[in-house]
Amino acid sequence: MKRFMDHRSRSLCRSIVDTFRAGGRGHLASAFSLVEIMRVLFDDVLRFDPLRPDWEERDRFLLSKGHGCLALYAILADKGFFPATELATFCRMGTRLGGHPDHRLPGVEASTGSLGHGLSLGVGMALNARFAKNGARVFVLMGDGECNEGSVWEAALSATKHGLDNLTVLVDCNGWQSYGRTSEVLDLEPFADKWRSFGFAVSETDGHDLSALRRVLTALPLAPGQPNAVICRTVKGKGVRLCEHNPGWHHKNKISPEETAALYRELEN
Amino acid sequence: MRKAALDSVQRMARQDRRIFFIGSDLGPGTMASFREEMPERFFMEGVSEAHAVGMAAGLALEGRIVFVNTIACFLSRRAWEQVVLDLCLHRLPVRLLGNGGGLVYAPLGPTHTTVEDLAAMRALPNMTVIAPCDAEEMKRIIKQTVDWPGPIYIRLAKGGDPLVSRPDIPCAIGRGLVLREGTDILLVTTGITLQFALRYAELAGEQGLGVCVLHMPTVKPFDHATLLACAGPVKTIVTIEEHSTVGGLGSAVAEHLAEAGLFGNKKFRRLGIPDVFPDLYGSQTELLAHFGISTAGIEQAVHELHGEAT
Repeated sequence: MKRFMDHRSRSLCRSIVDTFRAGGRGHLASAFSLVEIMRVLFDDVLRFDPLRPDWEERDRFLLSKGHGCLALYAILADKGFFPATELATFCRMGTRLGGHPDHRLPGVEASTGSLGHGLSLGVGMALNARFAKNGARVFVLMGDGECNEGSVWEAALSATKHGLDNLTVLVDCNGWQSYGRTSEVLDLEPFADKWRSFGFAVSETDGHDLSALRRVLTALPLAPGQPNAVICRTVKGKGVRLCEHNPGWHHKNKISPEETAALYRELEN
Repeated sequence: MRKAALDSVQRMARQDRRIFFIGSDLGPGTMASFREEMPERFFMEGVSEAHAVGMAAGLALEGRIVFVNTIACFLSRRAWEQVVLDLCLHRLPVRLLGNGGGLVYAPLGPTHTTVEDLAAMRALPNMTVIAPCDAEEMKRIIKQTVDWPGPIYIRLAKGGDPLVSRPDIPCAIGRGLVLREGTDILLVTTGITLQFALRYAELAGEQGLGVCVLHMPTVKPFDHATLLACAGPVKTIVTIEEHSTVGGLGSAVAEHLAEAGLFGNKKFRRLGIPDVFPDLYGSQTELLAHFGISTAGIEQAVHELHGEAT
């Protein structure tokens, strides 16, 4: 697993911490594990125009693990979907930046948060892209804990039935869910084999290795006629030792001045 | 009624490329001609209603109008969260066609009878809830669904239900239909219970009672104004629904009357399935009779209430 974080990843992580602090709560560790996946998607893979969030030919991105929204907000603000100053409104009354993504925010295709919804939405969007011949691809980012949900596997069967090679599932496999390790709460392994057996073309990669992520995500589809699953092995809380592999940081609504200082210290350039 | 609905969907789809159809493991051959004619807009998903509704939402987010059809209980129970979050929260034009709402599946028992769907759907912001009384009313209403904003739940009855709707009374989503005027008693119906109210009104009319029959094919949005206009002069109000007495038509009527301060000395009763599971099997007709959702049930209720009121 890559240990090194470059300037841009650290900068995105600081933006995540700033936003978290503004709201006084959030799923910080769940966002940290997504940073490299999100930046590779938005820097190198997805076709989009922040000034035309409804552009028909854009690629669709769904953050099905909606609790990772702090990472989504950081990258959307970075790309200019909305002013970065709006990050300071996180979770405040009337904000567009809630504790889970809201479809009223430019760049958010659908409101998510209850787990296991994104892949079915993605199947519908991918079917439409094929019907409309608009060239759009659909990317659905899920958590490993989210894959406990039965609806994920209903949608997986359907994606394969329809041969949706314009649909890519990314799973942020950080090995933790709310109560503890995914291996202990509800074991998903052999995870890649599960996706293969559901008919997906599968690639496993280090979810913090920018080059490896780029290599996979710029070579889609992995196999014509099959939906894609990219299993990203990640570290929950990546980048801050205080949070890494620490279930106490899954969701936080109290953070001490010492912890705040430690977060920023580790994310310094 | 189901055939009338599905045939209408196919006709509308011919005219409008925004219209898609999703079934969830329907009977063999269902919509075969739709599939043949417009295969790229026809999907038969598996026994996976939550996914089917989510997939419909994905298509609708892209501007499609999606009709989803399967048994009412699976749309209103199994797929509930997808209905709430994917459809209602996003206010998407997905039309849920629920087969056999109410007691239609009586012989198959409480796993399949669906007597709380109207209440459940009525509680959802942005949702429209419709229960037509017969195939002809279904045809008239479904035509209006294409450009109606937001999701719609349409409860389909058994099929072969007596034709009691009136083509001469303009039918529109959100509007209550006065099929008979009267100033003594008000009967409010939705779905197939209209037939019982009309039959009772005729019998009562012969005895000199003025019975107003207000049919509400749309349970939500609720036609407040027509209800109040009909309720004003009468002394007794009875609601009749093939549904739990909790949260459906009767509850809606009571809420609107109470808030309008119209109850006064009026007598009021909800006829429907009391707060129990309908677990007696038998036939739809037998269960309807058992629960007093019938002409005799109305007669008894009116006798008990109106006797006191006069």
